[in-house]
Amino acid sequence: MSNLARAEGREPLIHLSKRAGISRGKAWSIRIIAVLLGILVCGIAAFLLIEKVQNNPEKIGEFYGTFIKGSFSTSRKFWKFLKNTAVLLCISLALTPAFRMRFWNTGGEGQTLVGVLSAIAVNFYLGGKIPEGILLILMLLAALAAGALWGVIPAIFRAKWGTNETLFTLMMNYIATYLVSYFLVIWVPSGSSTLGKLKNGRLPIIADNENILIVLIVVALTAALYIYLQYTKHGYEISVVGESVRTARYIGINERKVIIRTMILSGMLCGLAGYLIAAGSDQTVTTNSVGGQGFTGIMVAWLGKFNPLAMLLTSALIQLLNQGAMQISKDFGVNSSLTSVIIGIILFFIIGSEFFINYEVHFRGHAKKAARRAIK
Amino acid sequence: MNIWLNFLLDSLAFGAVFVYGSTGEILTEKAGHLNLGIPGIMCMGGAGGCLFLSMVGQSSLPPFLIVLVGIFGSLLFSLLCGFIYSTLTITLRANQNVTGLALTTFGVGLARVIVNKLDPVKYLTSTKSLFRWPFADRTDSIQYMGVLFFLAIIIALVSGWVLFRTRIGLHLRAVGENPATADAVGINVTRYKYVATCIGSCIAGLGGLYYIVDYMGSQEAYLSVEALGWLSIALVIFVLWRPHMTILGATVFGVLYSVGSYLTNVSWIKVTMATTPLLKMLPYVVTIIVLIVSSIRNKKENQPPASLGLSYFREER
Repeated sequence: MSNLARAEGREPLIHLSKRAGISRGKAWSIRIIAVLLGILVCGIAAFLLIEKVQNNPEKIGEFYGTFIKGSFSTSRKFWKFLKNTAVLLCISLALTPAFRMRFWNTGGEGQTLVGVLSAIAVNFYLGGKIPEGILLILMLLAALAAGALWGVIPAIFRAKWGTNETLFTLMMNYIATYLVSYFLVIWVPSGSSTLGKLKNGRLPIIADNENILIVLIVVALTAALYIYLQYTKHGYEISVVGESVRTARYIGINERKVIIRTMILSGMLCGLAGYLIAAGSDQTVTTNSVGGQGFTGIMVAWLGKFNPLAMLLTSALIQLLNQGAMQISKDFGVNSSLTSVIIGIILFFIIGSEFFINYEVHFRGHAKKAARRAIK
Repeated sequence: MNIWLNFLLDSLAFGAVFVYGSTGEILTEKAGHLNLGIPGIMCMGGAGGCLFLSMVGQSSLPPFLIVLVGIFGSLLFSLLCGFIYSTLTITLRANQNVTGLALTTFGVGLARVIVNKLDPVKYLTSTKSLFRWPFADRTDSIQYMGVLFFLAIIIALVSGWVLFRTRIGLHLRAVGENPATADAVGINVTRYKYVATCIGSCIAGLGGLYYIVDYMGSQEAYLSVEALGWLSIALVIFVLWRPHMTILGATVFGVLYSVGSYLTNVSWIKVTMATTPLLKMLPYVVTIIVLIVSSIRNKKENQPPASLGLSYFREER
């Protein structure tokens, strides 16, 4: 009895412990509950921010319905949904190898943007002067090279001197942005700094649909990256470096080489995403060509636990929210920034839910019960 | 006034935005938390201030009270953001980069939705001169040296003093360097992290208010706060995590940011349109160079806090 009393007296109100493991079903039900709570809070935010909902509360049903409408009401919207998901997924996939070795590449935005910029640069100077097929290949090569360059610079310094990669890659984003505005001033003599759609350098249209090729490329990339990370020697080395640099050194992995090699790959894939934006849809470049997807990609990759297959789901979820919220801002006459508010709220809940998957919460009295059980 | 002196004062005044943002971020980073939500927090701080000001801006309250209400609104909103961030990263041990980015997404969006609805006449026109007290009547750059400008300088100096000259600062730095050791000597790690992050957010939020209502004093200003937030994070590296140095560093950033438009006044330097983006790129390039040089020299006091970006769980070995 005295043991019980002592256990109770010492015990804090809340005690946390790391879970040894959790069943897949339980983990997913925690995540789904989190998303549902997030959606509920979005409804509250709608009451606070949207006047049309404030005035007639029964419109809240319409508010939720519009989420689905944004991506599925017409086939054009659905294809837009697929294409945008593919581009976002491509950027997230690009970041994944780096994240797996705990290299926090926050520079996806910049690496993608220089990809767009150099593809458009090739198009601008050579478009119409050489055959379209060769132009497309040159654009691809330029985008890959530029992305790889943008990714490998921070990697070299990190590998050699341990320079903080999060901050370095973050700064590289802005250099890329101003590089774009520099070239826009040079290319557009009128001073308006907006480059119109270029005529050449467009990815071929398959079966009357301009988006299919992009989607196919990214699906193939997802499978390839999954195999690369899961079943090849390179993928294994990345995981070991991510788990423990000391272990990597001990078993003879040259971690500097792995970091530099992986960041070249990561940057190159960002460049590929840039190419898809440049040749697949935009055919022009602005400072906002990537539109923050480099940052969203970080969240997509993290939500998918750096698993390419799970990222299929998470990128689709984010894009669904994105297009749904855009539809809402259009239908309800709210500022388009509402999109970010809704995505932000849902993200908070998903981010928070990871805690309950990794840790177990015990309230006071837990030890007492455990002791009773032991006595029995 | 001499045009170059005016330019320097202007850069100093503009730099106060970065002083707020960076000082807030330094306090947070010293507690071991890389808060990439600072741009969102600055936007929200500005939005909160504008929202409260729009309620009292045209009332008959005494001027200093109106200013205080604005500051209070700004503090309230940024505290809310700081609290969301701390709950997720400190108590729930979420990934700091992801949480910060989500907070920036959320904050920038919400701030735009809020400020977009407000009437600029109410929150701006009548209050701008109050914030610029006592220099509201000046027409040169001294007009920006108002209440919030001096508050920025004071906050930066006090933060520097607290961080490097007091026991509390020593404890805070210990928490950021090695939370397990700090915990072992009896420092309440969780409390230090929470307080530092929330105070840091409040300070950063004031930067947004200062930029929108005082320095720019225009109704489109709220759209460009985000970019300044990212620049503030860069400035933290540039000044090597020293709050009192942000005043100097921010002025340098201010000079680099706006030198393009002043150079057109000088006949012997030929400035083309294309130079401006390159000049605006400079703060980031300089930051990267500082980051590289400090990591190569590897002097202990110039490094980022050792546990920056890592969550602390006591029972983990």
